[in-house]
Amino acid sequence: MSILSEAQAKAILDKVIAFSTADNASAVLSGGIGGNVRFARNDISTSGIVDDVQLAVEVAFGKRVGTASINQFDDASLERVVRRAEDLAKLAPENPEYMPPVGKQTYTATETFSEATAALTAEARAKIAEASILPCRERGLIAAGFLEDGHTFFAHANSNGNFGYQRSTIADYTCTVRTEDGRGSGWVASNVKDVAELDAGTDIQIAMRKAAASVDAKALEPGKYTVILEPAAASGLISFMMNFFDARSADEGRSFLSKQGGGNKIGEQIMDPRVNIYTDPANPTVPAMPWDGDGLPRERTKIIDAGKVANLQYSRYWASKQGKPETAGWGNTIMEGGTKSTAELIASTERGILVTRTWYIRMVDPQTVLLTGLTRDGTFYIENGQLMYPIKNFRFNESPVIMLNNIDELGRSVRVEDGSMMVPPMKLRDFTFTSLSDAV
Amino acid sequence: MDRRDFLALSTFFTGVALTPSIFGKAIAAEQLQDAIDIAVKKRLADAALGAATAAGASYCDVRVGRYLRQFVITRERNVENIVNTESTGTGVRVIADGSWGFAATNEMTEDAVANAARQATAIAKANARIQTAPVQLAPTPGVGEVSWRTPIKKNAMDVPIADKVNLLLSVNDAALGAGASFVNSLLFLVNEQKYFASTDGSYIDQDVHRIWAPMTVTAVDKASGKFRVRQGLSDPRGMGYEYMTPKPADKVTLPGGAVVYGNSYDMVEDAVAAAKQAQAKLKARSVKPGKYDLMLDPSHLWLTIHESVGHPLELDRVLGYEANYAGTSFATLDKWKEKFQYGSDKVTIVADKTQPTSLGAVGYDDEGVKTQRWDLISKGKLVNYQVIRDQAHILGLTESQGCCYADSWSSVQFQRMANVSLEPGEAKLSPAEMIKDIENGIYIIGDGSFSIDQQRYNAQFGGQLFYEIKNGKVTDMIEDVAYQIRTPEFWNACVAVCDKSDYRMGGSFFDGKGQPGQVSAVSHGSSTARFNGINVINTARSLG
Repeated sequence: MSILSEAQAKAILDKVIAFSTADNASAVLSGGIGGNVRFARNDISTSGIVDDVQLAVEVAFGKRVGTASINQFDDASLERVVRRAEDLAKLAPENPEYMPPVGKQTYTATETFSEATAALTAEARAKIAEASILPCRERGLIAAGFLEDGHTFFAHANSNGNFGYQRSTIADYTCTVRTEDGRGSGWVASNVKDVAELDAGTDIQIAMRKAAASVDAKALEPGKYTVILEPAAASGLISFMMNFFDARSADEGRSFLSKQGGGNKIGEQIMDPRVNIYTDPANPTVPAMPWDGDGLPRERTKIIDAGKVANLQYSRYWASKQGKPETAGWGNTIMEGGTKSTAELIASTERGILVTRTWYIRMVDPQTVLLTGLTRDGTFYIENGQLMYPIKNFRFNESPVIMLNNIDELGRSVRVEDGSMMVPPMKLRDFTFTSLSDAV
Repeated sequence: MDRRDFLALSTFFTGVALTPSIFGKAIAAEQLQDAIDIAVKKRLADAALGAATAAGASYCDVRVGRYLRQFVITRERNVENIVNTESTGTGVRVIADGSWGFAATNEMTEDAVANAARQATAIAKANARIQTAPVQLAPTPGVGEVSWRTPIKKNAMDVPIADKVNLLLSVNDAALGAGASFVNSLLFLVNEQKYFASTDGSYIDQDVHRIWAPMTVTAVDKASGKFRVRQGLSDPRGMGYEYMTPKPADKVTLPGGAVVYGNSYDMVEDAVAAAKQAQAKLKARSVKPGKYDLMLDPSHLWLTIHESVGHPLELDRVLGYEANYAGTSFATLDKWKEKFQYGSDKVTIVADKTQPTSLGAVGYDDEGVKTQRWDLISKGKLVNYQVIRDQAHILGLTESQGCCYADSWSSVQFQRMANVSLEPGEAKLSPAEMIKDIENGIYIIGDGSFSIDQQRYNAQFGGQLFYEIKNGKVTDMIEDVAYQIRTPEFWNACVAVCDKSDYRMGGSFFDGKGQPGQVSAVSHGSSTARFNGINVINTARSLG
């Protein structure tokens, strides 16, 4: 019973809400089937399928809140889980920041579901692994990769009459190809809603080319370089920065978006005017659920507009305290770009470094969002529009805020990460590499 | 997984997303004390073992798990959330036609687990078609029906919620009273009730407990727009609530005055220190980059050990099984064969799945192997790795070292790090004595930012507290410090390790690895150690 229909989910949630005697009640019913296949050393290493459904109930007496959950769905079990949540709520201290559930909302469905992905079988997963492994075996290269697919439903309801239901699917494929002697490494990734769009046989060629081309890397001196970050490389830094757009932290003075003397930087120019970042649940390339964690309907919202801070994320509590309208939490991040591909950005570069991927990114200083991390799986020197030779990997210490002030050119934005982000390839000046890595 | 993911739990509906959450479902408090009847677990396990064998599996193991967690989450004077979660289900792993297959279900019926066993077998057979190297399992003896429990003194799940709330709110009050602008404090309790059965004839029931009490104290200077954070100096431990009752003998005052803790934690006292130190960090001098002799406290060094020794000596990484995610390792088999000089002769590093009060201590691993202790690096030389059953033959071993772990019934078990620790120095040496002959150094306390490459060569570490050492004495607090290392050079620059009286543990609740990603909890012990001539960078930047 992992995937319930809308009617089945609503019937369960209606019963749960009806059982509650608390002032407020909310419930989430979600479940799914996740499959995966993992391969390494040109063989499949692990593969599995996981089936799970959860019903979580939150109730409140005044500002006292309790939560409980169960995975049985007969009437007695549904009533029992509500009583447990109510018992916990009666024991809990008051939370002055508690916000009652949202009222009845209207949602516009988003296109998060694909039949083909939902129907993926163990045999089909094995074939995707095979399409990655066999060409590598033939060329004396070694593949290690992973395919994970999920088919889930998500339903929620509350005592104010709100209800939502939607299904979604995702398939995430990554593969690293290394040379047998371990001196070259390449990587490719593809995250799709519809597994029909996944072509491991074509993708693997990219990783194979980069692996073969990255042997005999030369060492360049650490320092400031013009770089071209492929979308996967740029997204590591951009997505990290997006975690720090919380309005409360900014207002409290503990964010890079805090203003000297108090307040936040909404309206201030913090990046190059070519930077535009927004969120839109209906974006067909990176669709998001139509509601946020509180059940508020998501809308297209500007985040960075021509380099200025347009909006921050307000929790419902912080919005009410600051006299701001309630707005939904963001479900995706879309950074606009230009029209050029990564290859076209390379062609117009006199001298620079191409970065396939960034790795192990961690915060060094939240004051400036200074991040450290490394390049990985394909780093090349560019001269006169050509990839000249592979170079050894670098450690960087760079802030995405500084980076987005040093833009030479943005390319065409594409889906990256876990399918919740679109980022362009970007050519940047003065990107700060602080040391060399011997890692391949 | 890092702290951000964990803190996201404070939003009730967040995290109920595409994949089943390892944090499971919330349950009522009274259920935290009970357990599934062992007879029920055995019946479920036998149903799966029988179904897998009948479907053609040559090996099967079954893990019936009940994973309990409790979170008490506060900020300033508010309790943000109290969450009790439970995740119950069964994972079945099989070998059929020489390949692995895995399936998991949350339905606790014999039919459901038998069906999962058949699914796992079908998956294994689907994969066998392209398999070239059949799985080889090192033998492990069936141990019959046995049990093991973390030797806790006070089950944290039994402690009333009110006591935990009162503790955290008094911690927050103490921090605010000492001048903190903000404080977040948490209690995070874990109880893994794990039942393992296999076709080898083992039925192993384990009850594993862990505790963590992290805290973040922030000082803000609104006029300058500057803010600084000091994290708590507690360690996550494989202990009960006794860890939260401070004992004077467990308190250590370091040269320069900072206080750290051993087998118990005074969270209120640390909150006061954190508030004062966060404010001091606002005014501290920015470090001059260059080469320094580093004196690393165990509250800091654990993370460097974890990243630069623990991970590169995981055999699955060495062999390439993690190449697509966590990466491979510079510590290749040829280096092991030639007894590579990983560190100086002061450096002996052990792996130990039996160390009392550590996060990784269990009686048996998640494929039924009795746990043990062994050397990884002996007087600087690489002598061994961390191994599980399907890898042992590659090293010519006849048995696994017991390093297999899964973070949930719904996750497939694989090779995870044992507790990996630096042995204390044999000669008597305290931190106060160590500092005396350091002319130009930095004393680092507490873990901070960390990043390392995919072969574990190049790493960069921050910390919580940095003190300049000049001519044998701690002088000022300094800021904006990070050090960069190349692993073998760093460990070969280790010139002294304090004696066992200074030995303390640190650890991680959320060591991430694998695809799908899993977390594990692991401890790392050491005494204070000195490393000469390490490259320090200045991390201050301006956003203009």
